[in-house]
Amino acid sequence: MAGRNRGRISAGKRRKNDKKNEYFFDYTLLFIVLFLVGFGLVMIYSSSSYMANLKQGNPAYYFWKQFGASVAGLVLMIVVSFYDYHRLRKWAAWGYFGSMILICLVKTPLGMELNGARRWIKVAGISVQPAEVAKLAVILALATLICGMGNNARNLKGMLFLVAIAAVPALMILLITNNMSSMLIVLGIMVVMIFVEDYDYRKYLLFAGLGVLIVVGIVMSALNSAGNGGGFRSQRIAAWLDPMSNSEGVAFQTIQALYAIGSGGIFGKGLGQSMQKLGFLPEAQNDMIFSIICEELGLFGAFAVIILFVMLIWRCMVIANNAPDLFGALLTVGVMGHLSIQVILNVAVVTNSIPNTGISLPFISYGGTSVLFLLGEMGIVLNVSRSIRLYDVG
Amino acid sequence: MRGHKTYIRGKIVIVFGAICFVMLALSARLGYLMIAKSQYYTKLADQLHERERSIKAARGRILDRNGVILAANRTVCTVSVIHNQIKDPEKVIGVLSRELGLEEAVVRKRVEKSSSMERIRSNVDKAAGDRIRAYDLGGVKVDEDYKRYYPYDTLASRVLGFTGSDNQGIIGLEVEYDNILQGKQGKILTVTDAKGVELDAEGEKREEPVAGHDLITSLDINIQTYADQLAGQVMDAKEAEGVSILVMDPNNGEILAMVNAPEFHLNEPFRVTGKNAELYRRIMERQGKTGIDLNSQDALNYMWRNRCINDTYEPGSTFKVITATAALEAGVVKEEDTFSCPGYVMVEDRRIRCHKTTGHGTQTFADGIKNSCNPVFVTVGMRLGAERFYDAIKRFGLLKKTGIDLPGEAGTIMHKRENIGAVELATMSFGQSFQITPIQLATTISSVINGGTRVTPHFGIKAVGTDGKVLENMTYGSEDGVVSSATSDTMQKLLEQVVESGGGSKAYIEGYRIGGKTATSQTLPRGSGRYIASFLGFAPADDPKIMALAIIYTPQGVYYGGQIAAPVVKKLFENILPYLDRIDYN
Repeated sequence: MAGRNRGRISAGKRRKNDKKNEYFFDYTLLFIVLFLVGFGLVMIYSSSSYMANLKQGNPAYYFWKQFGASVAGLVLMIVVSFYDYHRLRKWAAWGYFGSMILICLVKTPLGMELNGARRWIKVAGISVQPAEVAKLAVILALATLICGMGNNARNLKGMLFLVAIAAVPALMILLITNNMSSMLIVLGIMVVMIFVEDYDYRKYLLFAGLGVLIVVGIVMSALNSAGNGGGFRSQRIAAWLDPMSNSEGVAFQTIQALYAIGSGGIFGKGLGQSMQKLGFLPEAQNDMIFSIICEELGLFGAFAVIILFVMLIWRCMVIANNAPDLFGALLTVGVMGHLSIQVILNVAVVTNSIPNTGISLPFISYGGTSVLFLLGEMGIVLNVSRSIRLYDVG
Repeated sequence: MRGHKTYIRGKIVIVFGAICFVMLALSARLGYLMIAKSQYYTKLADQLHERERSIKAARGRILDRNGVILAANRTVCTVSVIHNQIKDPEKVIGVLSRELGLEEAVVRKRVEKSSSMERIRSNVDKAAGDRIRAYDLGGVKVDEDYKRYYPYDTLASRVLGFTGSDNQGIIGLEVEYDNILQGKQGKILTVTDAKGVELDAEGEKREEPVAGHDLITSLDINIQTYADQLAGQVMDAKEAEGVSILVMDPNNGEILAMVNAPEFHLNEPFRVTGKNAELYRRIMERQGKTGIDLNSQDALNYMWRNRCINDTYEPGSTFKVITATAALEAGVVKEEDTFSCPGYVMVEDRRIRCHKTTGHGTQTFADGIKNSCNPVFVTVGMRLGAERFYDAIKRFGLLKKTGIDLPGEAGTIMHKRENIGAVELATMSFGQSFQITPIQLATTISSVINGGTRVTPHFGIKAVGTDGKVLENMTYGSEDGVVSSATSDTMQKLLEQVVESGGGSKAYIEGYRIGGKTATSQTLPRGSGRYIASFLGFAPADDPKIMALAIIYTPQGVYYGGQIAAPVVKKLFENILPYLDRIDYN
């Protein structure tokens, strides 16, 4: 087993000759991240330039904003990758409570509204989405607490405590910023982290079954209430099941995304050739950017992006498996959960596989806070990878 | 630590496996959307991105039998502006207001309106359109278009009909032959962004329009024009409320002229003006209606009515031709049978008067026709009996429509067979108590005098492509043996006598053999003091080539058909018989 892992890590990797300091650094992960960020910038320019030119008078308006955030994020990633992750423990409480305070600030005059949703705060000209901060804060808090609790984390009481730790900011995200997708991501991260740290399997099978039942129940009740004009979430579920008959209303965005995806075909229309970005698909550079990728680069481009994400997640898995301690492993698992949940939910929403909810595609969708914090998370993972001593692998 | 790692690894691998599984499922979904459903979504997306501008197809012309154009197209232009493409708004406003004769403020408002495409003016002369195009102004579009144009304006207005703004026929032949005349609209597809701004890079797809086919009709411009003049003259002279003249070939049903005076202006079909307005007002006032609106649909419908086919009337004495034919066919009467007319005839307890109240005295059946004597026909009708009379009417085709190729033909209003008592039979025998259309009368009498063939009256002869190629020769049904040829010969002779020395003598032209029958019927409801004078004539009497029916509605003064309608047909024949001799249509 040791040999296999050693081989996996050392493939194409540099290592120092000094045996005592033979540490690992995951360049594969780094290059995948760099590629995704670069590709994201290209796609943001492609998808936003036409409308940005009309509205802002500057085709590169969104590109430059995202470029700035990406550069800041890359700097952050490099800095964090040199910052020993063990020292993050003492920031866990600060981050956890700080992020909750930030969420509350949305309701204050510092809060900022965009596209009809009040989810941002703006300080000194920089807007931040607290929900993005909370995702990282919850990963850090859970990893710290699980390590601190030892085996106590694995009994029912401990588990409920951990659930509560994640549920409080998750509920705040839902109630204060009315952002269900971010809540789902926080809860998803929590589920992945608790599942991984626990010895048990059986009760999670039970939970999975329960989860399926709850989802079915929600869909059924939403369908019933959508008939008599239920809330906007139940309407979205109805629109998900039958987008064409809601094409002018809640399903408008979904339909436009489907047009983009479907008209892309196998090889796409070519980079920059999307029609749907010309105002048909609103805010094409945001959550629905994957549909523009599909339209311009076709099924091959879409598969390439999915494969890149799978590789990224695979690298996270390898690093988590080889992390020198549980804390590093859990941090990496949290980041991996965060990434994969967002990618899956985003692609699922864009392809109308699940009801529409606003989830951005990591590294690619427009959104400064998101890319900044994701790159910060990647810095943590890189730092964990650095601390893998090659002789200790296994 | 090791213990931790072992179980943690297993779980992380499970998580990764689950992620891969979901990714795979999503990839499958993507594959489904982008391969299986690609065409479907591409089509919908293209529909969304493409703006369609239609190009009107040139509508086929309507021609008379000599090739004279009765309905054609004039090229007009529609001038519009595309806001986002205008480069020099001031120049555009200046040029357009000058060339189109519009107020500068009006043009400015439209040019400055931020819409994808704003129409400045339609139906612009081609010359003005060409001048505007020559300026080559950015954002100004001049689209050519066709407008229906009727060179003779009022001629045969109710026959030809007219078209609406979408190139669709509204009444007359324009409706009946719409699918031949219409052609196929072309399309200009341009790709636009969500706001409708055209994308130059995408270019435009053009689907050329297909011009409609020309329709050659049986109308003869000369006969129609002359009949139109005659109708106008008699209408003025008799201060009538309408004059219809129908000229047809009794052998094949081709209609050479159909006049319904006063005709209306085909180039302005939505305005009730002149005589039509005056008459509509008079009729409404007579009905006690107030608030007469000349722009109402009712007024338009009145003006658009083709009385020859849309309206029924009591034919009166012209119908005696049919009674006589039925009686001769049944063998209940012979030419030389004698009758006596004391000026009236008793039917059950009713006394039915002859128009000559002093009576015609003793006369043969042939004299009875010449005199148009009611008692003779009542007697003949009685001999025939309700059953045989009704059967004959049915056999002659009077109960069904003629099938003329014009929309809205009215059906015959006739007693039910079981309701025909003695009084009904008596009145029917001289053309009262039921109603038919003029075209039905003419068609039925055609079969009486043409040797017994029921023909389908019609206008359409053939459809011709723009290249002059005949695409369709129209054929019409006919039924032989409706009347025996012996009876037909007898009727020709009897009706010639009517013109030679009977009630139709005012239609007599020296050197021509003309047959005919007069009629004077009352406008229903009876007792209004209003009459319909009519005369049906044909020539040559022994081998009819042409038949004319003149009907004068509500004449003032003398109202007898023999006095006022017969001279109309006489004048018509005087002019067209030499003309027809010259041109051999067959």
